[in-house]
Amino acid sequence: MSLQEPLVGGVQAPAEMLLRDVHALDPKSGVDARLDVRVRDGVLSEIGDPGTLTATDGEELIEGHGRLRLFPAFFDPHVHLRTPGQEHKEDLETGTRAAAAGGYGAVLAMPNTDPVLDSAPLLRSVRDAAKRDARIPVGFLPAITRGLKGEQLSEMAELAEEGALGFTDDGKPVVSAGMLRKALQYQRLCGGVLALHEEDPTLSRGGAMHEGSVSAALGIAGIPTVAESTMVARDAALAGFEDGRIHFQHLSCAGSVEAVADAKAHGWRVSTEVSPHHLLLTHEDVRSLDTRMKMHPPLTEESDRQALIEGLRSGVIDCVATDHAPHAREEKEVPFEQAPMGTTGLETAFAALYSGLVIPGVLGLELLVERLTDAAELFGLPRATIAAGTPANLTLIDLDVEWVAGEYGWESRSENCCFAGRALKGRVLLTVAAGGLAHRDRALAMVEG
Amino acid sequence: MNHLLSIEELDRAAIERIVTQAERFAEVSDREIKKVPALRGRMVLNLFYESSTRTRSSFELAAKRLSADVVNFAASGSSVEKGESLKDTVLTLSAHKPDAIVLRTPWVGASELVSKWCGAAIVNAGDGKHEHPTQALLDVYTLKRRLGSIDDAEIWIVGDVAHSRVARSDILAFQRMGAKVTVAGPPTLIPRGIEELGCEVRFTLDDLPQADVVYALRMQNERMNETWVPSLREYASWYQINGRRLTASQVLMHPGPVNRGVELSGEVVDSPQAVITAQVEAGVVVRMAVLYELLAGSREAHAEHAVEQPEDSAAVGAAQGSGGA
Repeated sequence: MSLQEPLVGGVQAPAEMLLRDVHALDPKSGVDARLDVRVRDGVLSEIGDPGTLTATDGEELIEGHGRLRLFPAFFDPHVHLRTPGQEHKEDLETGTRAAAAGGYGAVLAMPNTDPVLDSAPLLRSVRDAAKRDARIPVGFLPAITRGLKGEQLSEMAELAEEGALGFTDDGKPVVSAGMLRKALQYQRLCGGVLALHEEDPTLSRGGAMHEGSVSAALGIAGIPTVAESTMVARDAALAGFEDGRIHFQHLSCAGSVEAVADAKAHGWRVSTEVSPHHLLLTHEDVRSLDTRMKMHPPLTEESDRQALIEGLRSGVIDCVATDHAPHAREEKEVPFEQAPMGTTGLETAFAALYSGLVIPGVLGLELLVERLTDAAELFGLPRATIAAGTPANLTLIDLDVEWVAGEYGWESRSENCCFAGRALKGRVLLTVAAGGLAHRDRALAMVEG
Repeated sequence: MNHLLSIEELDRAAIERIVTQAERFAEVSDREIKKVPALRGRMVLNLFYESSTRTRSSFELAAKRLSADVVNFAASGSSVEKGESLKDTVLTLSAHKPDAIVLRTPWVGASELVSKWCGAAIVNAGDGKHEHPTQALLDVYTLKRRLGSIDDAEIWIVGDVAHSRVARSDILAFQRMGAKVTVAGPPTLIPRGIEELGCEVRFTLDDLPQADVVYALRMQNERMNETWVPSLREYASWYQINGRRLTASQVLMHPGPVNRGVELSGEVVDSPQAVITAQVEAGVVVRMAVLYELLAGSREAHAEHAVEQPEDSAAVGAAQGSGGA
């Protein structure tokens, strides 16, 4: 197992603040009450009944008026920070700034960079850069196979020693079942979760969107949902056979939810995630050919969306992951079929899901907060909690603030957000990550006054 | 109408207006001097990202018969090969202030994008496998001339629907004009969900005799390499329109170029039932009508609203005026 700290980076100066009369919600710890919460030297040092704690010298006082909500900081197991090699899209600083603005206290970065993150020296240098540049702690999932080519395992044991939290060829599937089996066998030696992008390339072959009535009408080559669900079923069986640990990334269709439910019923060690865009959008949103709606896996049908929501509710789907995938404006300002796949998501995830699922009564707020924080434990990390004596990992949110996504620009270097222009409710005012003040919304001053 | 981007955005009245205008221009094509001054001083830019002889020359001819200046810009051998993006190419060419850009690309939705990037009227001359609206308009024009009316006609579109922009535009256009459309072909070449465009789907030609019009699509040889069908020989034996399958009363159409012996047998291509050359002929007058509608049509919108008749006389007037020119 790892000799290194699994997560690196974050603000160095510890936060000193008193959050007075905030409505704290941490479902896993059974917290759902108006509280005073003190953060001293980056540690959540004291919790009291509302109005019982007083600010001391050097402490910032934030009044919650019983209205502002305090949650454990969110955890995103699937983001693309683009360092090294694609810093024109995003880098460790802008990507983690975007994460902090979305209420995230930690993220896991994908290895499909240039060069691919597939060797221990490279992992060491990227982790060093993250220590310097990242606004919040970052964990890294290096590649399962060298260069993401699917031909040869990366040096998984060395990578694990250097701090890898798991492995993924994200963006690409591990096409060969035999190769994946070897990775599962090697997992016994080095640990770490194998996170899989599931896609049978002989079925998806060059598709640019979901295969269905919209792709038929537009004349765009489609990706059938079985391209994903058949691979999920195959790899779940391999996980069962090798008693390996697999995390299925960005589930997009009903068939995959069924396959994961089956695998869990067998007791196989699998977990999975779903993105805000697959929970909120469908292939109908692609009809306008807005390239921000082009992502991988593609937006699917309403019946798939309902299955994903139900999966998240029932726990078949363990967590929400944004698959934050920034691309430069000129890369997305091209005809749909030419555009790269991906949408940004860190800055809008909570507000989009709160507005789209919680306010209409589809999901409870408790469940959403859980699913936004649960991923840490899936990767063997402690979950953020609202409990005295723990490092402060908190996000303060005003559920009543209405804002238009992107109206004042983005913290991310890229603006390819599928929710851009949408009116959302729920604004992150403050994020404390690993004890450091990682984000503070300009609106917060107004709330104080 | 500011652009012609798709059939989807046209209603029956708009299609009929263009077809009626094309009928007026048909007379020009029969003259010794085949030119009217309707678009004198206007510039039409043909911007083609795919090789195309027929469509491009048809547009060029249409523009020239309306006395417009024509510039052809082919993507091969140009800045595009040096890596210039579609947007930058369009912005650069816009500096020449074209009044209309006729655009063909291998990308769905490209003409709509371009319409947002520049002020010229955009004519979609094919965007990927999405639409080819002028082809559908000329098909409507041709059929209307042949049948008198398309209302209640039963039209079968046969072959590679999946990769055909002509099929998508025709399915919509024929239905808007009151026809009943059936698509038929091997299941590998009929996309899932196409029936949501309103057409029926068949995988055999057993019921082909019920069709009034048979529209065969081009079967591209390159599809063979991707094994969409087991062999062209078997494809032909199941889906070829030949003398045995085509009944005497049916009209045969094809967007060209024809693969004789694949989707059509030689004898039906040459039969009087085939209107394939009439389609090519219609291409020029329909494209004249489209360019005229986009570049001169707005001027006449006022007259059209005032009285119904004057629009006619204005157009014919323009046409006749040119005869003398």
